[in-house]
Amino acid sequence: MGRSTKKGPFVDAKLMKKVSALKASGGKAVIKTWARSSMVVPDMLNLTLAIHDGRRHVPIYITENMVGHKLGEFVPTRTYRGHVRSEKSTRKK
Amino acid sequence: MARVAGVDIPANKRVEISLRYIYGIGPNISRKILDQTGVDPNIRVKDLSDEDLIKIREAIDKECKVEGDLRREVTFNIKRLIEIGSYRGLRHRRGLPVHGQRTKTNARTKRGPKRTVAGRGRRRGMTKK
Repeated sequence: MGRSTKKGPFVDAKLMKKVSALKASGGKAVIKTWARSSMVVPDMLNLTLAIHDGRRHVPIYITENMVGHKLGEFVPTRTYRGHVRSEKSTRKK
Repeated sequence: MARVAGVDIPANKRVEISLRYIYGIGPNISRKILDQTGVDPNIRVKDLSDEDLIKIREAIDKECKVEGDLRREVTFNIKRLIEIGSYRGLRHRRGLPVHGQRTKTNARTKRGPKRTVAGRGRRRGMTKK
């Protein structure tokens, strides 16, 4: 079930404070954040947010199409580099 | 046989059923259209009067997105997800299920027919010691 519209989108308060502060000062800094569950709102457009993936902060440039998605959607938390190729299957090749 | 919404030619079934052959029209929308136009859903398509048919066509044109337009919208949505680099886009790109289903087994609809992988299957379903 979706979130009630009455509440509006969830945006992390601390992140929002940083975003508006940066917008006000007009600077071009990268904002680090852990708030993966926070929604992308139009205020964040054209900013670079460094979103935590559990290990590092991955810089993501926010574009218009991303509005309405959650920040965490853009930074995967799992590392998977494929299965080990077994000897048998490599020999066959 | 009648042509509604471009290419579709629903057969000699009840209108309510027949309309569902159009991509983008299911039980619900089919019902809604017939309610709106005041056409009896039990009548066969071949027995439909021309006026009724025209009314249905107009209702579909006005009310809903069907066939090519709808298909385009869907592919566009998927393309958007891929372009913005979201997790869902990534799943689409890899050809894996998007809504968090398991992929240890099943997920055959999305992943296509089985490809045999060496060393797989022996321990399936068992927990490691």
